[in-house]
Amino acid sequence: MAKSIYEEYTELPQKLLDEVKREVEAHNLKGDQVKRVLDRVRTEFENAMISPGEAIGIVTAESIGEPGTQMTLNVFHFAGVAEVAVTLGLPRLIELLDARKEPSTPRIEVYLEKDISKDPVKVKRVAASIKETKLWEVADEFTVNMSQSRIEVYPNKSKMRDFVITETQLVKMITDLLKNVDARANKDFISIKLKAETFELKELYQLREKVRELHVKGVKGIKQVLPIKKDNEFVVICVGNNLKEVMKTEGVDFKRTVTNDIFMTESILGVEAARQAIMNEAIEVVENQGLDIDIRHIMLLADVMTSLGTVKGITRSGITGEKESVLARASFETPLKHIVNATLKGEEDKLNSVIENVMLNQEIPVGTGLPSLIAKIKDQK
Amino acid sequence: MADVFLDNKYIGHVDNPREFLKNVRAKRVGDKLLGNINLVYQERLDEIYIESSKGRLRRPVIRVEHGKSLFTDEHLNKLIKKEISWDDLVNEGVIEYIDALEEEDTLIALKEGDLTNKHTHLEISPVVILGLTTSLIPYSNFGGSSRLIRGSKIQKQSVGLYVTNFLMRMDTDVSVLHCPETPIVKTFMHGVMKYDKHPAGQNVVIALMSFEGYNMEDAIILNKGSVQRGFARSTYFRPYESEELRYSGGLTDEIHIPDKEVKGYRAEKDYRYLEKDGVVYNGAEMQEDDVIIGKTSPPRFLGELEEFSIAASTRRESSTTIRHGEGGVVDMVVITENEEGNKIVKVRLREQRIPELGDKFASRHGQKGVVGMIVDEENMPFSASGVRPDIIFSPHSIPGRMTISHLIEVVAGKVGSLAGRYVDGTTFDVENESDLRKELTNLGFRENGTEVFYNGMTGERFKARIFVGDMYYLRLKHMVANKLHARASGRIQLLTRQPIEGRARGGGLRVGEMEKDCFVAHGASLLLKERFDSDKTIVHVCEKCGMLAINDTFRNLRHCLKCGSNVEITAVELSYAFKLLMDELKSLCVYPKLVLKSKY
Repeated sequence: MAKSIYEEYTELPQKLLDEVKREVEAHNLKGDQVKRVLDRVRTEFENAMISPGEAIGIVTAESIGEPGTQMTLNVFHFAGVAEVAVTLGLPRLIELLDARKEPSTPRIEVYLEKDISKDPVKVKRVAASIKETKLWEVADEFTVNMSQSRIEVYPNKSKMRDFVITETQLVKMITDLLKNVDARANKDFISIKLKAETFELKELYQLREKVRELHVKGVKGIKQVLPIKKDNEFVVICVGNNLKEVMKTEGVDFKRTVTNDIFMTESILGVEAARQAIMNEAIEVVENQGLDIDIRHIMLLADVMTSLGTVKGITRSGITGEKESVLARASFETPLKHIVNATLKGEEDKLNSVIENVMLNQEIPVGTGLPSLIAKIKDQK
Repeated sequence: MADVFLDNKYIGHVDNPREFLKNVRAKRVGDKLLGNINLVYQERLDEIYIESSKGRLRRPVIRVEHGKSLFTDEHLNKLIKKEISWDDLVNEGVIEYIDALEEEDTLIALKEGDLTNKHTHLEISPVVILGLTTSLIPYSNFGGSSRLIRGSKIQKQSVGLYVTNFLMRMDTDVSVLHCPETPIVKTFMHGVMKYDKHPAGQNVVIALMSFEGYNMEDAIILNKGSVQRGFARSTYFRPYESEELRYSGGLTDEIHIPDKEVKGYRAEKDYRYLEKDGVVYNGAEMQEDDVIIGKTSPPRFLGELEEFSIAASTRRESSTTIRHGEGGVVDMVVITENEEGNKIVKVRLREQRIPELGDKFASRHGQKGVVGMIVDEENMPFSASGVRPDIIFSPHSIPGRMTISHLIEVVAGKVGSLAGRYVDGTTFDVENESDLRKELTNLGFRENGTEVFYNGMTGERFKARIFVGDMYYLRLKHMVANKLHARASGRIQLLTRQPIEGRARGGGLRVGEMEKDCFVAHGASLLLKERFDSDKTIVHVCEKCGMLAINDTFRNLRHCLKCGSNVEITAVELSYAFKLLMDELKSLCVYPKLVLKSKY
């Protein structure tokens, strides 16, 4: 067999061919039968393709917009557990389509490496290492000792054990992070002194506040972690969007870890990932509301939002603002601004799209308005 | 020690507030003056408030002492024998009036069975938890609360005898039902409010079945025979008004038949119903656009008068005409004077409204629907005894809404009409359904209210037995005659040259932005263009400067104001709205240049 019969059907996508191959083998078809199957698949495929001139954009807009009117306005959904609230429903959809820089409830879903994800103890340890921990969370007391002009930190032994931190580590961290101080471990407290010879009492108090908020362990910006059981493994839900650092954490399966922050996804994993993220988030909202929107509408939406190489929202500063036509832009939002700017630049409107032509009462270039007759006139020499 | 306030004014203090309250309340029994007082002790603030002001809302309740109602069987017997009256009960202290303030200090039991030692009062009847209109719904404790709300809203929209002196009134937009009936299935409140003096519906025979699909989605089928016999017939009244206004300079409006010289004079036949005084006569049958009150007004600007003083009259025509799409008979004419001494004329028009397709009807249980078909009597289904229903109601309206009260009323109405009596459907105190069923059996009908029915068109017997009975039906004030509207061409707005809006002005029905989107989604490009053609214009564009040129149709010449006549000028078809936009841009010193190219 030099050439497979499947290679003749180059217009069919590989995924479809693979599926046909699988079915053919399962049903034990041969030679001519396979060809008939493939021919049939090809006609079906061609029939399923959209016709030229179909107004897919507006069909997508209506297909997403109409179910949107049925969405309940209840904002929060608790992802399995009552502690982590997630914005869902219409507000979340609007947030997605507008491509807001930060979601109102940023969240990372951390998947763990196979050998860890099933052991609750190990999962808990990884979760603790992700959570942002500040010094006040592992210490009982912060006192200002006036006579010695120093700050005394009384660490809590059992809490430190929970977060796997030793006292010497703490001392090192304090001296490393706060440059102008000396820290020393005493019997049951750590004393912190300012290096400077003379200083005001106020500075000491300021230092105490600084010390309290000292970042000790974990990923910055992850305010809450919550291991939950998903299927047959543990997943850690994190409140925050510092995906980069979370992915670097030991024990985290960075290949599967995702965030609901589209821009974070884009900056770390690229536009393609951002496109997928938009789709996933939109689908989650739609399914959560018990609505049924064809995935291809959402795909088109995500494609439009990412087609310029970066994520752009459907706003006057995003996709709509990029429209070629002055009239189309003016008809969306802030018409005066667009007209004034167009005047300053001397812009030209080619009247190539729908809205402009509706405004001028001309045929719109979709559907029946698209095709035109071209006649070849003989040379008039 | 508690401070005492009388009508929010400090008047002193008492040492033992509870004792004080008890004494005052004991003393106000039977006391003309103190009987109008309500008082409360606010423990948290340690203050006593006494209210005696006018306009407070107070309601009667039965007093309770030591868990026992003061209203005894003895009182009841005396009341029945008419030995004592309500006032005696109040004077005796059995019944007490409380207001919103004093209610804070009470614990009121809904039923006598609920009484405990803690209770201070007892409701006269549990029905008081419902409002007036809601308590007019029979068997309402067999329906959901949402349906009761709808049911009471609907009753307010029903056409009936809204007042008994309607013939002497000039109300706008009112209807009066011709033969209103008192309902067979009543509640206690019908008697209390004397509903039989001003009823708002009629008792009809109703069958629960489908009929050729014409009663889908809450529609109802009407029997043409019933309609012809006068079912739900009503009269619609509309007043028209005109006033002789006075203007500066001694000029006034004048109510008379306008002269032919008057500006804006209508056709002579439009004034044919006017009598010498310029007002129509009683009993005139009017159609739309006919003049009811002839009137002329002085010119708007005095300058006009001097300029064209040669003309005999420059007065304007300002008569009152019948509204578009309406008509009727002149019912009453009133000529009088108002506070400013101006002569005013009011004319009331009456129109008979026979139920037609699209009129709205409802039962009292929140089951409203529109007439879907009026069927000839001979085609209506009939029962074994030959009864044809007045209304056919779709059974699909029942399960989802769970209006059990609607079904019970059908059975109760059937019993009532067959036995020749009223049935009591007072909330919480109804005539038992099982008793009604028994009575129905005794009257010779199947106990569940169903009957054998025959198809009126084929004479075939229906396989299923049909649920029939009598029920009180209301005609609602929403009638198609007041709402029907369509337009082909008509008046346009001056500014945009687009059709005007609104039924009263004969406006168009807007194809809005979202409707436009649907045309686009279908790719129906040319249809969309045609629908938006209403303001299309042809403009002439100078191809050199791209601005609008001047088209001199008299001399068939075109020239551009900037470039002269020696330039290419082309006619272009576009929407007037866009031409307007360009004009506005020009006024903002923005130069909208049109660059033309061949369409093909």
